[in-house]
Amino acid sequence: MESWLNEIMPNVMNKTPELWKSTQQTLYMTFYSGIISFVIGLIIGIVLIATGPKGIAKNKLIYSILDKVINLFRSIPFVILLASLIPLTRLVVGSAIGTKGAILPLIFGTVPFYARQVETALAEINHGLVEAAIAMGTSPIGVIFRVYLKESIPSLVRVTVITSISLIGLTAMAGAIGGGGLGDFAIRYGHQRNQADITYVTVIMMLLMVMIIQSVGNIIIKKTTH
Amino acid sequence: MIRLENIDKSFEGESGTVVAANNVNLHIEKGKIFGIIGFSGAGKSTLVRCINLLERPTKGKVYIDGTEITSLSKKELRAKRKKIGMIFQHFNLFASRNVYQNIAYPLKYRGKSKSEINKKVNELLELVGLTDKIHAYPSQLSGGQKQRVAIARALANDPEILLSDEATSALDPQTTKSILKLLKELNAKLGITIVLITHEMQVVKEICDQVVVMENGEVIEQGDLFNIFAAPREGITREFVESTSNLSKIYELIEEKRAVVQTKAGEFIIRLRYLKRNASESLISYISRNYNLDANIIFGNIELIGDNPIGGLVAIVSGKEEDIYAAIRFLKDKGVGVEVINNGVLA
Repeated sequence: MESWLNEIMPNVMNKTPELWKSTQQTLYMTFYSGIISFVIGLIIGIVLIATGPKGIAKNKLIYSILDKVINLFRSIPFVILLASLIPLTRLVVGSAIGTKGAILPLIFGTVPFYARQVETALAEINHGLVEAAIAMGTSPIGVIFRVYLKESIPSLVRVTVITSISLIGLTAMAGAIGGGGLGDFAIRYGHQRNQADITYVTVIMMLLMVMIIQSVGNIIIKKTTH
Repeated sequence: MIRLENIDKSFEGESGTVVAANNVNLHIEKGKIFGIIGFSGAGKSTLVRCINLLERPTKGKVYIDGTEITSLSKKELRAKRKKIGMIFQHFNLFASRNVYQNIAYPLKYRGKSKSEINKKVNELLELVGLTDKIHAYPSQLSGGQKQRVAIARALANDPEILLSDEATSALDPQTTKSILKLLKELNAKLGITIVLITHEMQVVKEICDQVVVMENGEVIEQGDLFNIFAAPREGITREFVESTSNLSKIYELIEEKRAVVQTKAGEFIIRLRYLKRNASESLISYISRNYNLDANIIFGNIELIGDNPIGGLVAIVSGKEEDIYAAIRFLKDKGVGVEVINNGVLA
């Protein structure tokens, strides 16, 4: 078995410790920036839907500021975001390089995208449900949790899956500031040293992650759709 | 029970200001079924939403049981809303919750124990006749069943008022009947005041005690059901009343010059309207006997509104002209509205 693997992917077998380390780095970056982004993105998405034109707490000022800030951050290419956030990262994390240093830019890259997706998911809620809940004496906070969030769980899971997968893609760029990860691993060996087997293996590793996230998402969606 | 005072409501639309309610005054008595009828855009949906302040009136006051709810704090208003049930055209059930959870929704987070909620939900399901669907999700129910669940949910906090926003408009005639029957039973059993808005006069006729007709945000006619049907004053009210019977078909037949309405000399086409509560008298056979007339009834529509028969007839009467006029005078004396649609001579 091992000799067969050595034969078909000699470069990978040479660097298995580094492959595992890169995988861990990708998982680490995806997990932490993911968790933080989802919390912040969810909150911003809720604020957008609540203050928006059909919201339960209409507020033109808050809505239009958030709306424009999101557009601004979504239009900045991630590589540029990585570089321009270095001073801020240093301030918050203490270091602007390495895997830890990549998390803040990843959050900045993910939150606007996710917040917009959350807004779209929540906007699908039929306004009649909101009206019915208010007519039953539900408070605005109650409407957010018991109607908007509860009723759109399948849509929220769907957009979370999409965002998680695109986040895995973003982590590949973290190499630019020494963040490591599978993307960086593939570029350094697979691309720059022309070790194609490394590229293939990293692609397979990322594919596995994507497939796991997608299937877990699909299971939850299936269980929560009635 | 419910009093609306000088209610104005306008919306800022893209094409300027839209007035949905214009100086509306209403008094709805406790325990009645109160119908608000109008074509779409008449402002009835807005008006009913002013009762639980889903829409806040631009001007005017809303009183419920003597409390001015337009001046309540948000928290007090939420407490008040729990005592005002509401059902909707599209049911508005929570798709992610099953029947039990939908009905339990208004009972939750109110310090009630699980067994209390359980008991109440089962009582309500029994009331609306859906005990076997307790674990079903809304997507597995028919329209009528969904509305029954919505009614049960609206009744969860034992409200004194039930607002019905076109609750039968998305249902087929059979189901509409059964839902209206249920509402009527609830009104009788629980003494709940029902405010029902609709664009179908048939619905009003089926269950309402009092009727208000709305057009362009204004109340244009108001009265008890019998009077509205017997003597509609406004054109639009007449249109609604006519929509529930086939009597106006006679005008179409005449326009189309159909054989059945081709009268010979000495034949009159007359339309009788029973205005007073007198339709139970045998008027047609009486005039036929005493004035020596033949009466050929071509349309008839007599129904019971409450306990009073109401409606009318279209008949071709033939006989001597003076006898026909004498019979018409007799009918008018009896309080029957008589319209001579066609009097042989003209034909």
